[in-house]
Amino acid sequence: MARLLLLGPAREAAGIGNDEIDGNSVTEVLQEAVRRYGTGFEDVLRISQIWINGEPGESRTSVGPHDQIAVLPPISGGCN
Amino acid sequence: MESAPTLDWVSIASTPLSSAELTTWATRANCGAVVTFCGMVRDNSHDLEEIEALEYETDVELAERRIVDIIAEARIRWTNLGAIAIHHRMGRVELSESAVVIVVSAPHRGPAFEAAAFCIDAVKSCVPMWKRELWQGGSAWSEEGRAIMKVQEMPSLEPDPETSSARTQ
Repeated sequence: MARLLLLGPAREAAGIGNDEIDGNSVTEVLQEAVRRYGTGFEDVLRISQIWINGEPGESRTSVGPHDQIAVLPPISGGCN
Repeated sequence: MESAPTLDWVSIASTPLSSAELTTWATRANCGAVVTFCGMVRDNSHDLEEIEALEYETDVELAERRIVDIIAEARIRWTNLGAIAIHHRMGRVELSESAVVIVVSAPHRGPAFEAAAFCIDAVKSCVPMWKRELWQGGSAWSEEGRAIMKVQEMPSLEPDPETSSARTQ
């Protein structure tokens, strides 16, 4: 189980910004997320970065109920 | 506005930004230079020419943590800075409003200009922030997508032919 944070195009593709998903690793959680949200989300996930608890992380990392997995699509810049 | 901190001031909020207030806050007796940069919402982007507003989406905790890292890195690269403020809007921002304000004070103008330029470049490259362009009857995510960089990976400031003209506006 981990807390999933989806932002920008990832949130839009999934139709939800926050979720809790079963899984013992980042990979397992994201596989379940793809099953839950569909191929549109999978397309965004493919080009996104994954942060674990606020820092860039590896997909094989183990996660627990207090861990946050953030899906961060490419950014568009904060201003001009 | 909340009580102002002493040296570093980070904020991400949905309320309008005041560059004048931040400039006053950053003014220090030992600093002969205060550089204020305002990133404004403009009405055009790539092939769009009738943008009415922008909508910024982020996670405040993640974004503020990255901005704190940006300020820390600026203080490593320029060791004699005074105050630094980086304030960013989230949510809908109307045409000609400031989406971001960066203020840097320093004893001399060189480090103040350079550190302010570094800070805005780093905000654009290192902060998880998404921008949606809104026009009459439609909207879309801005198409200039790129992966989020680590702050420590930001290059040192060198004139870039592709961005130097924008930087001097």
